[in-house]
Amino acid sequence: MSQDITILGGGVAGLAMASEFLAKGAGVTVIDPAGRPGEHACSWWAGGMLAAECEGALAEEPVVRQGRKAAQWWADQGVEITHNGTLIVASGRDQSELMTFARRVPAAQWLDAAQIADLEPHLAEQFTRALFVEREGHMNPRPALTSLYDRLAASGVQFVTKGASRGQVIDCRGLAARSDLDGLRGVKGEMVIVRTPDVQLARPVRLLHPRFPLYIVPRGDGVFMLGATQIESGERTRATVRSVMELLNAAYALHPAFGEAELLEIGVDARPAFSDNQPRIRRIGDRIYANGLFRHGYLLAPALARMTALMVIEGTEPEDWYEDYR
Amino acid sequence: MPVFYGKEVASRMMLGTAQYPSPAILADAFRRSGAGIATVSVRREAGGDQAGQAFWNLIQELGVAILPNTAGCHSVREAITTAQMARELFDTNWIKLEVIGHSDTLQPDPFGLVEAAQALSDDGFEVFPYCTEDLVLCERLVKAGCQVLMPWGAPIGTGLGLNNLYGLRSLRAHFPDTPLVVDAGLGLPSQAAHAIELGYDAVLLNTAVAKAGDPAAMAEGFAKAVEAGALAATADPMEPRDMAAPSTPVLGMPFS
Repeated sequence: MSQDITILGGGVAGLAMASEFLAKGAGVTVIDPAGRPGEHACSWWAGGMLAAECEGALAEEPVVRQGRKAAQWWADQGVEITHNGTLIVASGRDQSELMTFARRVPAAQWLDAAQIADLEPHLAEQFTRALFVEREGHMNPRPALTSLYDRLAASGVQFVTKGASRGQVIDCRGLAARSDLDGLRGVKGEMVIVRTPDVQLARPVRLLHPRFPLYIVPRGDGVFMLGATQIESGERTRATVRSVMELLNAAYALHPAFGEAELLEIGVDARPAFSDNQPRIRRIGDRIYANGLFRHGYLLAPALARMTALMVIEGTEPEDWYEDYR
Repeated sequence: MPVFYGKEVASRMMLGTAQYPSPAILADAFRRSGAGIATVSVRREAGGDQAGQAFWNLIQELGVAILPNTAGCHSVREAITTAQMARELFDTNWIKLEVIGHSDTLQPDPFGLVEAAQALSDDGFEVFPYCTEDLVLCERLVKAGCQVLMPWGAPIGTGLGLNNLYGLRSLRAHFPDTPLVVDAGLGLPSQAAHAIELGYDAVLLNTAVAKAGDPAAMAEGFAKAVEAGALAATADPMEPRDMAAPSTPVLGMPFS
């Protein structure tokens, strides 16, 4: 007889969790008051970079190691992944940021002007030197969440907006579980989506800056996501003029044509994070919480889900991020 | 140990709270630095409101004195408003006053600084002004009520160290009784040691620690350097001289 699993929350953490438990033969129910994936979930606003190496410039070692497996996992779920790597640039006066990044990200290799022109012709005039990390990908988060939802629903996962839980409860509610989880905090993020036919990029580009680092992720059809601020606040609304200005300014610095881009969307939410910005699988009483994905939802949700499912179904203790509070 | 506005602090290091890879690393850096004062930006990490509460709790758990700052303020009015907000949020009269005059170098606006310092002192604040090493400016600040001076070593976040040794030395000589803190521009522990050797009371760091690959290790490095500098400053260092002076006496060759 298959084991019953109830997952609370249908954002990226909850959906990845549902996939892993389904793959292990469990009977899975997902409870999310909002129903289908949408703007209520913090993962709706994500950049969708699968850039474990680049994240290693600031993140702890397990984030990089576990994150490396994410692209394959998403591809296995039928999500389209673009494997064009990540380009990292900095303005002339911020070259020291580029040097630091090169030291801290061993996979980054130097490019000269000709190599930049080869990879991203539209940035050739702006930058004569850049870093490139080859083994990284990116995806479009919203279609990914939606298609994963549809696929799970078609494979027998029950999605309900309310109701009693059955069997083992896995709580993936993000910040909504804050009152249950000591040390969970919100890190506010603001992002902007613009459209311009005048800039073409084949891969995510990071513009390093000592105060306002920017990443820009191409979404196709001239659409670009610019992200993202990181502010120590659990506020989930109210994108400020200052933040949006910083993001737009940075985009304009990357390529002047962004000055004429159409502003499609300004998004804001708060990421659930623990104090070391690494996620946790935490047992409290009968419930298991998988939370704290910070800015690494798409990068780490697969690993978090895989370890949780292995633990519940096969009794294997997670190799990272496990805390037993029973 | 330095005394600021009648309050003795247990360390010659002040540490900023911005730009760390994570709050856990921030806390670790504070532990290993032994810093006695944490500077906190009011603008972004608002203290009292619900939204920023988690971060504020973490800062409070550090168990150090809080010095709120007006980082990022470009006008006198903005700085005063921010200071008033800080007083309410953090329940302290201390304010590290920054009035930025130039957005590329983040150089203080000396005119706005004096005006804001006067207004805030009149309003009961205890002002820690972020200033240049200009002697006349510092005299005006003291006249405006400042009992601490915080000249830069170099522009904020550059890590260039002590750019104007003469200026910093002469400031120390002119203000023997006013606590002096090198506020900005330090990148390496040796530079902090140098500042303390010059007789400065303390140093304030942020970027040098927060942006190091291992912030906690760098924080401890700075703590040791500051301690070394303080020991040297009290040990009456030798005067440099041009000719070599053998430190080992050569037996049988007196006065050689």
